[in-house]
Amino acid sequence: MNTRVDPTLTKPAQAAGSLRTVLLQHPLLRPSAALLVLLLFDAFLVPGFFRLEIKDGHLYGALVDILNRAAPLMLAALGMTLVIATRGIDISVGAVVALSGTVAAMLIGGTMVMNNGAPEYVANTPMGTALAAAIGVALLCGLWNGVLVAGIKLQPIVATLILMVAGRGLAQLLTDGQIVTVYYQPYFFLGSGYLFGLPFSLYVVAAVFALTMLLMKKTALGLFIQAVGINPVAARLAGLRTATLLIFVYVFCSACAGMAGLLVTSNIKSADANNAGLLLELDAILAVTLGGTSLAGGKFSLVGSMIGALIIQTLTYTIYSLGVPPEVNMVVKAVVVFIVCMSQSSEFRQLTHKISKRRPA
Amino acid sequence: MTMAARPVLEVTGIHKQFPGVKALADAGLRLYPGEVHTLMGQNGAGKSTLIKVLTGVYQPDSGSIRLEGRAIQPRSTQEAQALGISTVYQEVNLCPNLSVAENIFIGRYPRRFGMVDWRAMRRQAGELLKRLQIEVDVAKPLAEYPLAIQQMVAIARALNTDARVLILDEPTSSLDEAEVQTLFGVLRRLRAEGMAILFVTHFLDQTYAISDRITVMRNGEREGEYTCAELSRLALVNKMIGAAVDTAPADAQEAGTQEHANSIQERGEVFLKAEGIARKGVLQPVDLELHRGELLGLAGLLGSGRTETARLLFGADKADDGAIEVEGRRVKLANPRDAIAQGIGYCSEDRKHEGAILPLSVRENLILALQARQGIWRAIPLKRQQQLATDYVKWLGIKTASIETPIGSLSGGNQQKVLLARWLATDPGLLILDEPTRGIDVRAKQEIMDYVSNLCRKGMSILFISSELPEVLRVSDRMVVMRDRKACGEYRRGELDESSVLGVIAGEAAGESA
Repeated sequence: MNTRVDPTLTKPAQAAGSLRTVLLQHPLLRPSAALLVLLLFDAFLVPGFFRLEIKDGHLYGALVDILNRAAPLMLAALGMTLVIATRGIDISVGAVVALSGTVAAMLIGGTMVMNNGAPEYVANTPMGTALAAAIGVALLCGLWNGVLVAGIKLQPIVATLILMVAGRGLAQLLTDGQIVTVYYQPYFFLGSGYLFGLPFSLYVVAAVFALTMLLMKKTALGLFIQAVGINPVAARLAGLRTATLLIFVYVFCSACAGMAGLLVTSNIKSADANNAGLLLELDAILAVTLGGTSLAGGKFSLVGSMIGALIIQTLTYTIYSLGVPPEVNMVVKAVVVFIVCMSQSSEFRQLTHKISKRRPA
Repeated sequence: MTMAARPVLEVTGIHKQFPGVKALADAGLRLYPGEVHTLMGQNGAGKSTLIKVLTGVYQPDSGSIRLEGRAIQPRSTQEAQALGISTVYQEVNLCPNLSVAENIFIGRYPRRFGMVDWRAMRRQAGELLKRLQIEVDVAKPLAEYPLAIQQMVAIARALNTDARVLILDEPTSSLDEAEVQTLFGVLRRLRAEGMAILFVTHFLDQTYAISDRITVMRNGEREGEYTCAELSRLALVNKMIGAAVDTAPADAQEAGTQEHANSIQERGEVFLKAEGIARKGVLQPVDLELHRGELLGLAGLLGSGRTETARLLFGADKADDGAIEVEGRRVKLANPRDAIAQGIGYCSEDRKHEGAILPLSVRENLILALQARQGIWRAIPLKRQQQLATDYVKWLGIKTASIETPIGSLSGGNQQKVLLARWLATDPGLLILDEPTRGIDVRAKQEIMDYVSNLCRKGMSILFISSELPEVLRVSDRMVVMRDRKACGEYRRGELDESSVLGVIAGEAAGESA
């Protein structure tokens, strides 16, 4: 979390002289630069990439599109950030997306009724109940992960592997392996509706992000999560409820995944237990890493993870705009991710520094 | 001591500058074959930096290192080792999940037909350890053995190469008395074989017990080189601190005159009473009573049950028998939170693993226990945190660039002070200090003990655990001696002197075994 650099603590005299150093050493510099480079590349590639226009009261443009499509990943990355900060990992995120999406889609579904001679779809279950049930299922998933990690003390990757496999299976069991289609109109608003000209999903992400930031800044949660991630033994001896904290972050992560599941199913108007959120956990982990949070736990950056998620989505957009054949787009993605990761590795920087120094000699 | 004409290792005029800090300024050292040479100095005097220069971890800015007359410039520890300079570091740098034998031969496994020759490795490892008079199963993972054995394994690893110079960086800080004697036996034998041994320690007793000569460092410079006989303890402490110390020598023998102000003080009411607290395989039933304003010392060897008792009182481990009363009320201490709620604080002996959260700032480390007690929701406002941190930094004289500096970049003594402040901020009724002065320099030691005495005078009870007997004797109002995982005697202040306590700790044990 980058909340620790408190401007009031920097002496004004120092601040003037070292502003440049502070900026250069800021942990968000590299992820932001990477995102900027990608965006500029796209601007060259796609004419009018940065153009935004208002059609029918909706804001349209490539940037809006990227943000909108990145929404589920941004949610998943938020939850993943806290889990990783405790030196954990949650690879069940994709499965939770599928499960919560399936629950919502099945409960809502949609039955056609004739209303004044016009066909209209109504929800099988009131939408509020269905959404609550879907999120409830996600919370249970998180509780399961949390108890396995904090209570039974399984290694996080093994603990969440169980749900990664079982969650998707459970979702298919619920749907008999069929894709569940949703017909109920209001549900589509979540993933493809617009509010005040902007996609509604952005408001969901903004709300969750703001809430998380608030939790980190206005409560001691951020400090405690870092303490547990860096040194769980010392944290326990200082009186922290380490187990409760761990359970909380896994529940939070699953809740985020659950919301991502709602956005995904609402956007594609159906729940596909096989493919919804497939490999989303890996993208989320990648987003967190790209954002500068170490997998070794401890200090974390929520803003960084958001930027990381945007990098990934922009990259996907770029690959599609380049017209890269779908067979090789994973390779292109891997290459870019490799470059961004290398640019963040201090060892690699030293190495390149040494090589560039040696050359003129 | 056989003093050869020519030093095996001669270091002169070493300068080393780090950003903002001059770590070494004209540092030097002469090491003769067949001697044990102690390098002394306060924390920050430059001992560690000098050793890192010798072992190739750092490259000096200027100066020369001559090994047997030949100038060398080691660029890595491997290179230094190949040249014949072997080092055992303060923190045991071994792989706990590998076997003892693998740890000794790591990086240079004996090979046969291109394959690792496991049998030869185990045999040679056994022989090496036998030289140290250690008998362990070398095929078992290192983690199964206590820290002291791990330290011996580290030494065996250093001996494995054809070392001419052996550097021991605080090798005794985790060893008990008997193990220290074993180690010294080994050192004497190696000395007789002509090895030049450089020994870094904070323990004055050990310095005088083993060394032939002493080099004192201060502020990155060589203060002087002395033979043990010509330098008295008081003079040594003086040279380390660099000021005439007439008030506070850390060593017991000179400190006899310094009487405790509260020695005759009336004991307050009972704060904590433990009856028969025990934990299977760890601690046999122990009774303890701690009064308000009392400093109770807990003496005994490593593994005698001192730390184990402290952990039960703090709820760090669960007692499976016995009862604890705090201020007359029966309490259940199932975890540290319970103990903290009862006003108990605990500074662990393992500062790095159980105390400090190294990447976090001084401020965050300092408020952690207080914030934990207040809970997640009632965050201490940043202003208040800064105030607390600034106050404690000033009050305890913590040397740090700012309160936002990561605690990991502070010296050991200053880290310890921050952790002390962490508990003081919670205003505890009982503070358990487990080896609070281990591995920190003489002045910080003295300062910490002064604060502790002060706190007692203000009504706090302190349970003080230390391996340094003179220290325990000097500060305790009452002392409980532990042996073999049980309390075996309780003494009022002045009832015992150092040698009779040693008798209680060790003498009887020898008698029983006969």
